[in-house]
Amino acid sequence: MKIGVCAKVAPDPNARLKVASDGTGIVMDGIKTKLADYDEYAIEEAIRTKEAHGGEIVVLTVGDTGAEKLVRGGALALGVDKALLITESPTDPLGTAKLLAAGAKREGCDVLFTGKSTTDEQNFQVGVMIAELLGWAHVTQVTELSFEGDTFVATRNLDAGVRQKVQGKLPAVITCEDGLNTVRYAKLPAIMKAKKKPFEKVSAADLEAAAGEGRLAVGNMAPPPPRPAGKIIDGDAATAAKELVRLLREEAKVL
Amino acid sequence: MSGILVVAEHAGGAFSPTASELLGKATELAAVLGTSVSAAVLGDIDAAPLGGLGAAKVYQAAGDFSTYDAGATIDALEAILRASEADMVLAPAAYAYRDALPRLTARFDGAMASDAMGLRVESGHLVARRPTFAGSIEADLTLTARPAFVTVRGNSFPKVANNGGSAEVVAVSFDKKTPSVTVMETLAPDTKGIDLGTADKVVAGGRSLGSQEKFDALIRNLGEVMGAGVGASRAATDAGYAPHAEQIGQTGQTVSPSLYLAVGISGAIQHLAGMRTSKVIVAINKDPDAPIFEHASYGIVNDLFEVVPALADELRS
Repeated sequence: MKIGVCAKVAPDPNARLKVASDGTGIVMDGIKTKLADYDEYAIEEAIRTKEAHGGEIVVLTVGDTGAEKLVRGGALALGVDKALLITESPTDPLGTAKLLAAGAKREGCDVLFTGKSTTDEQNFQVGVMIAELLGWAHVTQVTELSFEGDTFVATRNLDAGVRQKVQGKLPAVITCEDGLNTVRYAKLPAIMKAKKKPFEKVSAADLEAAAGEGRLAVGNMAPPPPRPAGKIIDGDAATAAKELVRLLREEAKVL
Repeated sequence: MSGILVVAEHAGGAFSPTASELLGKATELAAVLGTSVSAAVLGDIDAAPLGGLGAAKVYQAAGDFSTYDAGATIDALEAILRASEADMVLAPAAYAYRDALPRLTARFDGAMASDAMGLRVESGHLVARRPTFAGSIEADLTLTARPAFVTVRGNSFPKVANNGGSAEVVAVSFDKKTPSVTVMETLAPDTKGIDLGTADKVVAGGRSLGSQEKFDALIRNLGEVMGAGVGASRAATDAGYAPHAEQIGQTGQTVSPSLYLAVGISGAIQHLAGMRTSKVIVAINKDPDAPIFEHASYGIVNDLFEVVPALADELRS
């Protein structure tokens, strides 16, 4: 099996972020970055798949975000065999998908794992777009997965707690949901070994691909408008409860 | 070639409230753009009444779409989009469209905005306002490519009343060609009561409840008295006090009810991501510094084990 896994470098979800003065992005100076949370599940699943079925894993990433250190530590050190960095910075999810699809094609992947979304823009688009560009099947928000030859069975999370068991055939893109697995952490010997694993950088042109641009623009970023200060209701439990119900009925009119 | 196509969801023989929300908004946007509104319907239902919600025409693909099949949904929508000649598509932010629309976007080399909570027109383009970074930052996405696809969060726009009008319904056929997975089994959720996704009132409990028994006795009981959906923080579901399907937050469900009661929940960013657009938020927490109070319209700083029973009593009387 040639297993591909996409990884994106994203700001640490616990970081306190500030919007850049032009409103088109966030200030990254001094912000800690990591491989996006759901991509970690994708990396872990790729490794488990290789452990169970053999093959080789390549991690694919785009941009020029200081990814090398994180990808070596967070993917190569865990069991991924090589990395491919496409050195163009796309301006939208479709651009990202075009580059990653070209990378997956060049590497001869027959399955591709991605996170269901990344913790920054949370678009939930790239994985599925890659499937379309490659002409593959896709399944999103997967919490259970098993392979048999080139067939797979997956459980996916729909809305309202509904889950579905589905069956599909490779090649396919699988987007990973919380609960699919528990990620492992790298041990020092593996981190040292990872320094020798291949980390290849290519341009979009090298892959005969182009992200394209001008399809969408981001702007006006701002924290959500703060709510007006709320009322703290005083008194003992019974008094406060009575007053709350009165306010919800008469003032807020939601009861 | 222009127009706004609204995907009108339906279940059990009736159109969902999202159909009214999206058609109402589309009518407003179309007026600014000087274009028309049509509706896309997947599956068998009398669709002419969508005319009363603002659709000038309806394009309908026959068949059973009740169990989500990516290939059928994507290929049917592609055929409908071509037939309608629309260049903007609005769909609810439901699993099916989160799953299907990115493929259409790539197929048409268009652009997509997911989970919009606001929509407007600027210089002839759709601008979607959406949450990023767990909802801690909002951003405008201007979609300059065509077709432009937007999935919209429920409860973002007012529901318009049906004025009794009737639209012409055009039957659209499609070939299923997109490779897809086959559904073997659908597993009903583990939730015990009202569906959180559509509940108008929600009461949610945190880890301070201490046990499943206490969670049921206080939170679930209050939910019953209020006629509210029951939710939980991640800490509470991880501890086993409530099923995972009831988790509200970044890694669980997103809800936007008129009333959200957060009981013993501190208000971490990841929880807020799942409920911050609720109309009225009430917080009950012993800790006066809990971040949840910054987002609440009403707060009670007191022991939930005393307040919740008192609240249930007051509501019952």
